[in-house]
Amino acid sequence: MSELAKLERRRRAIYGWLLLSPAAILLSLFAFYPSIATLWSSLFSRGTRRHPVEFVGVENYTDLFADPTFWIVVKNNLFYAGITVPLSMFIALSMALWANSKISAKGFVRTAYFTPTVLPMIAAANLWLFFYTPGLGVLDQIGSLFGLPSVNWLGQPETALWAIIIVTVWKESGFFMIFYLAALQTIPEDLREAVDIEGTSRWTYTRRIVLPMLMPMTLFIGVNAVINSVKLIDHLFILTKGGPSDASKLILYYIWEQAFAFFDTPHAAALTMMVLLVLGIVAAVQFYFIDRRTHYQ
Amino acid sequence: MSGNAFVTMKNIGKRWNGQLGVEGITLDIEEGEFVALLGPSGCGKSTTLRLLAGLEVPDEGQIIIDGIDVTGASAAQRNLSMVFQSYALFPHLSVAENVMFGMKVRRVPKKERLAKMHNALDMTGLHGLEDRKPSALSGGQRQRVALARAIVAGRKLCLMDEPLSNLDAKLRAAVRKDIKKLQKDLGMTIVYVTHDQTEAMSMADKVVLMKDGLIEQTGTPEQLYSEPLNTFVAEFVGAPPMALIKGTALQGYADDQTIGIRAEKMRLAPEGGRMACTVTDCEFLGAETFIGLAHESANGLTIKLDGKAHMEIGSKVEITFEDKDLHVFGPTGKRMNNIT
Repeated sequence: MSELAKLERRRRAIYGWLLLSPAAILLSLFAFYPSIATLWSSLFSRGTRRHPVEFVGVENYTDLFADPTFWIVVKNNLFYAGITVPLSMFIALSMALWANSKISAKGFVRTAYFTPTVLPMIAAANLWLFFYTPGLGVLDQIGSLFGLPSVNWLGQPETALWAIIIVTVWKESGFFMIFYLAALQTIPEDLREAVDIEGTSRWTYTRRIVLPMLMPMTLFIGVNAVINSVKLIDHLFILTKGGPSDASKLILYYIWEQAFAFFDTPHAAALTMMVLLVLGIVAAVQFYFIDRRTHYQ
Repeated sequence: MSGNAFVTMKNIGKRWNGQLGVEGITLDIEEGEFVALLGPSGCGKSTTLRLLAGLEVPDEGQIIIDGIDVTGASAAQRNLSMVFQSYALFPHLSVAENVMFGMKVRRVPKKERLAKMHNALDMTGLHGLEDRKPSALSGGQRQRVALARAIVAGRKLCLMDEPLSNLDAKLRAAVRKDIKKLQKDLGMTIVYVTHDQTEAMSMADKVVLMKDGLIEQTGTPEQLYSEPLNTFVAEFVGAPPMALIKGTALQGYADDQTIGIRAEKMRLAPEGGRMACTVTDCEFLGAETFIGLAHESANGLTIKLDGKAHMEIGSKVEITFEDKDLHVFGPTGKRMNNIT
C-alpha cells in the first residue's frame, strides 16, 4: 500500500473515532459507569453503624430469591406485561387501520387517539383517579345508575392491578398507533388496487399483505412495549403506591421503595442488575431480528 | 357504434371537485385488440384506464365489458388483470408467491397453481428466480414478474398503466416486443396507457390520442400518422412531429389556415425552392439525418436526409415539397383536406 493510501486510511479512522466520541463519552459517564457501579455495590452488604460495609458476593441476590415479596412483584410485572403489551398493541393496530382508512374527520380521529400520549403520566393517573374513586368516581356514578354497588377499584387486591393495566393500555395505545400509522403510510396504495383487481376481500388483504408488511414495526413496538412495561410506573405513585398488600407493585416501583423508602441500596442494586439483564436480552433479540428479516424494500 | 364490441365506453365523464378529469370518452374495443391510450401527462389517459378497471367510478356514462354492464361493478367483478406502472409487487413475498397470490385467494388447487405459475415464468423468462424477493430483482425482472402475474390471472382483458416507463431505452424496446408477442399468443385484449408515441405507434392496433380529458383522435397508427384530425395530433404523433406552416407563407392557401408537412416529404431544392430557411441543428441517427430548420412563419420544420449528411448550422437552404403531401388545417386547427 502506498504511503498516501495509508495516511488516508489513518485519517479516516481518526475521523470516525472523533465522530463517535461525544456519544461514547456521554454513554460511558451516564450509562456504562453507573451500570458497573451498580453491579459492584450489589455485591456488598448494607453498611450500618455497627456493621461496616463488607463484601458478601451474591448474598443480596439469594436474599431476594428467598423473599416472597420479590416473587409477588415479579409475578405482578409478568402479568402486567402479559396483558398490557399484546392488548395495547392490538388496540393500537386496530385504531391505526381505522384512522388510515378513508373516513371523514380523519384528522380529528387521529388527534383524539393520540391525546392520552401527550398527557404526562402523572396527569393521566390523576384523571383516572377521578374515574376510579369509590362513591365519587365516574365509574361508580355510572354503576349507581344501574343500581350496582360501589366498588373500590384501586383499594382491593383483586382489581388494583387491573385498574393499573387499563390506565397503561389507555396511555400506550395512542402512542403505538402513531408508529403503526407511519408504517401503514409507507404501504403503496397500488398494492391495495392490485389486490382489489384480484378480487381479494379486505380481510385477506389485511392479513396477507398489510400485517406481514407491518411485521418490522410490530417487532419494534413489541420490544418497546416490553421495555415500557418495566419502565412506566409513574401512575403507581398516584393510584395505588403498589398496594393493597403488594397487589399492584411492579419491579421498578419495588426498586425505588428499596432504595429510597427503606434505604437498602445493595438490594436495590441487585434488583436493578436483574432488570438490566432481562432488558438487555430483550434488546439483543430485537437487534438480532431487525438485522435478519426486516429488509423488504 | 357497433353493438357487439368486447369493451365499450359510452360517453364517460369524471370530474374531481369540479375540475376536469375526463369528458365524453366513447370508445369501442374489439376482442384481441391492442389499444393504446396516448397523450401528454395530465391528459386523462390514466384516469380512463382506472375507470375501465373499476378503481374509479364514473360520474356519467356507461361501461360494458364482454356484454355485461359493469359501470357500477367493483374491480374484482370486471374479470380483468392490470399491470401497474410501479408493478405493485408484494415486497414480502417471493416471485412465485407474487405470481400465485391471486390464484391462492381464489382457492385454485395447488397443482394447477404451480403449473400455471411455472408456465407464466417460462413465458416471461423468469425461471430460476422463483424464490427471490422483489428487492433482489432488477427493474426489468420486476416488470416481468408483474407481467407474469397478469398472465396467470388468465383474464381476457389486461390493462397496462405505463408498464415500461421505469425501464431503460434498450430494455424497453425488448419488453415491447415481448408484450406484443404475449398478446398475440394468448389472444389477450390489451389497453395500454403510455405517453410515448413511439410505444403506442409500434405496438397498438388502435391508438386513442387524448388531450385535456378529451379524445382527440381514435384510429390505427397509420391513420393518426397520415391523416391527423387536427394540429395537436399532427404535432404529437411521429418522430419528428409534423411541421406546421402558417398559410401566409405559402401561395394558394388562406391566411388563417395552417399547413402541415412530414419531414420525409420535404426535399432540398438547389434553387427556386418554396421556402428559404436557416439550418438550426443537425441530428445524425445512422440510417438518416434530421436537419432542423428555422423559418419565421413555420414551427418544427425538419427535413429527413438519407445517411450521413452534414450541414453548417446557420447556413441558408431552400426546400420544396409537393402539394399532395400537404395537410391543411382550418382556423380552429381542424383538418380540411384528405390526402390521396
